[in-house]
Amino acid sequence: MNQTVKPDDLQPVDDYGPLYEAHKKVYPQSVSGTFRRIKWGLMGFCLGVYYFLPFIRWNRGLAAPDQAVLVDLPNQRFYFFFIELWPQEVYYFTGLLIIAAIGLFLMNAIGGRIWCGYLCPQTVWTDLFYAVERLIEGDRRERMKKDASSDPMKLERISEIVLKHSIWLLIAWWTGGAWVLYFNDAPTLVKELVTFQGPMLAYIWIAILTATTYTLAGFMREQVCVYMCPWPRIQAALTDEWALNVTYRYDRGETRTSVKKAAELRALGQPAGDCIDCRQCVAVCPTGIDIRDGAQMDCIQCGLCIDACDTVMTKIGRPPRLIAYDNDINIHRRQEGKPPVYKLVRARTVAYAAIIAVVGGAMVYKLATRSLLDVNVLHDRNPIAVKLSDGSVRNAYTMRVLNKHGFDRVIAIDIEGPANAIVHVVGADSVTPDRPMIVVGRDQTEELRLLVTAPAENNPDKSIPVKFFVTDIGLGVVASAADNFVSP
Amino acid sequence: MADHTEVDSVSGTATTGHAWDGIKELNTPLPRWWVITFYITIVWAIGYWIVYPAWPTISSNTQGLLGYSSRADVAVELANLEKIRGGKMAALATASLADIEKDPAMLALARAKGKTVFGDNCAACHGTGATGAKGFPNLNDDDWLWGGSLEQIQQTLLYGVRSGHPKTRESQMLAFGKDGVLKPAEIVTVANYVRELAGLPTRPGYDAKAGAKIFAENCVACHGDNAKGNPDLGAPNLTDKIWLYGADEATLIETITNGRGGVMPAWEGRLDPTTIKAMAVYVHSLGGGK
Repeated sequence: MNQTVKPDDLQPVDDYGPLYEAHKKVYPQSVSGTFRRIKWGLMGFCLGVYYFLPFIRWNRGLAAPDQAVLVDLPNQRFYFFFIELWPQEVYYFTGLLIIAAIGLFLMNAIGGRIWCGYLCPQTVWTDLFYAVERLIEGDRRERMKKDASSDPMKLERISEIVLKHSIWLLIAWWTGGAWVLYFNDAPTLVKELVTFQGPMLAYIWIAILTATTYTLAGFMREQVCVYMCPWPRIQAALTDEWALNVTYRYDRGETRTSVKKAAELRALGQPAGDCIDCRQCVAVCPTGIDIRDGAQMDCIQCGLCIDACDTVMTKIGRPPRLIAYDNDINIHRRQEGKPPVYKLVRARTVAYAAIIAVVGGAMVYKLATRSLLDVNVLHDRNPIAVKLSDGSVRNAYTMRVLNKHGFDRVIAIDIEGPANAIVHVVGADSVTPDRPMIVVGRDQTEELRLLVTAPAENNPDKSIPVKFFVTDIGLGVVASAADNFVSP
Repeated sequence: MADHTEVDSVSGTATTGHAWDGIKELNTPLPRWWVITFYITIVWAIGYWIVYPAWPTISSNTQGLLGYSSRADVAVELANLEKIRGGKMAALATASLADIEKDPAMLALARAKGKTVFGDNCAACHGTGATGAKGFPNLNDDDWLWGGSLEQIQQTLLYGVRSGHPKTRESQMLAFGKDGVLKPAEIVTVANYVRELAGLPTRPGYDAKAGAKIFAENCVACHGDNAKGNPDLGAPNLTDKIWLYGADEATLIETITNGRGGVMPAWEGRLDPTTIKAMAVYVHSLGGGK
């Protein structure tokens, strides 16, 4: 059993500095271990999806785009594999946003800032940029030495810097380039772009995203997380005591001492801290903090300090995970000699999972039962009703018929409402006088002007409900919309 | 200038030597970046004068090295717009009115165009929803003084009513009272007779026979034997439920006494023929067209 240390006994962090400190450049050291491997894997996966997804094809038949994921702004369509969404169905994106937000909360309740440490684009690209920098300029010590050198203008040094920035710009350029591919047919656009015949908008967006990626991942790095990103602030308010955070087990680590002294103390049967103050956890940290100061806003919880510390613990023959995903509750339980408890199933995690399941389920249900024939009706406001010379009353409506099928359809229009009312469609190809028919082209919306006339003897003296039915003559599918019929 | 370099003891900043009511002004220079930005804007402005049109001369202005002209820009944009619309508007210009209504694409174009032009030119009298007002016909209903077919609407649009255009439509509702054709008592009688024709209640004790006689002698020429009106003369149907000026007794007496002579301007020459065509289709599709 190690010596008991309370968090309050730790060296206080300097809280008296200015609110904004001049940027101190961070030189993270390379590290290897479990979490580094996870990070490499996730980086490869995320970038692979982002860079190559636009090139995946999906056959939707003739005259429809064959790009699996495509935001078709000019035609107002969104394609995602077998799903094709219209602007009217933008609520799916609301659902996705809810799932994304609650997903973030759930991650946070389980393992703290998993998003920040492993998945956030800023982390992923900064990590990639660091890897390039390390490859060209060397590891932490070399980079520090080179930056501090009084004679930096040697040819070798200049070529290193030029090479680094070239590769950075290349990555940044590809990042911007991949973005625009989601908005147009990727192979065509690539061909147009390289022959300088692409749309100006594409070049502008590539320039913007190249510049932001280059600046944010190459220069601002952890500053983005610490000063620009709102998530650390919100996250701190959303977390609870059971969430597993990257934690320095001070109960085991303190009092910090040398390997030799610790061995001597242990030989005498006295307690000694495992932390040997080698500062490897600080050296590898991409935000340049000391995790031993406890949980802090600057920590993106990427776990690299765990890998660094484990390496050292293995070397000095002490058990690993002096820094680990843990929480204060378990540190206290260990101090009291109880086994640690990890509670993943809590009110919070269950609630988040339930919300995700409900929203996801609703979306899947809506998607599975969505109609490929839709109708919207809007009552004319000006005038709201017209009296005709024989005393009958007419109301006009604007009807939109949506044909989401890949073929033309013949649509008949019927109404249910005022007795003996007649419906007339301006410009309709009528087969029978009171059953107007129109043709709606494949993947098209048709806007119609509808005139509904109720004879004088059946004039309703107030507003009564009216229902519009559009029937696909070929398939027999019916869609309907409700509105009101008003008398003057 | 040594007397100006007094140093403020609190901030350690030199003062300018200016003091107001004992308050001394500190000599705090503008931030360097601000001054540099200011100088850059001056340099920029000079460059701008050179490359863009800037200085007025006696009859014109300096043209600038780029030869930029906002008029030329507008001309290019308008030409592009014409190119985009070109085919469609040309199709509208050559198609017949009936064909436009049968073709969904042309109908949509004519309705869109008509709606805009209506808002700019017609809404002042007929209202934004074409509902009209007292003396200004409602274009949504099916009561048409001069006929509600596509061609008739187009003709009214082109030449107007009492507009002064050589081909204008002209109706002749006399001022029966003012001109002394009918006496006031006769006017009251015939007004009640007209109300009876329209199925409206009449004044108790009015002489229906005398009314019929007055009507037959004075009104049938235009409004017809059965008072159903005549679109060729612009004579309204007096038996239906729609009244341009109102159907109450007082209004009818006023109409018969002073006559009516509303004016619709002629649009030929003010709007191009294609636009008038689109307007006719739009008005026809409001629902009242026959």
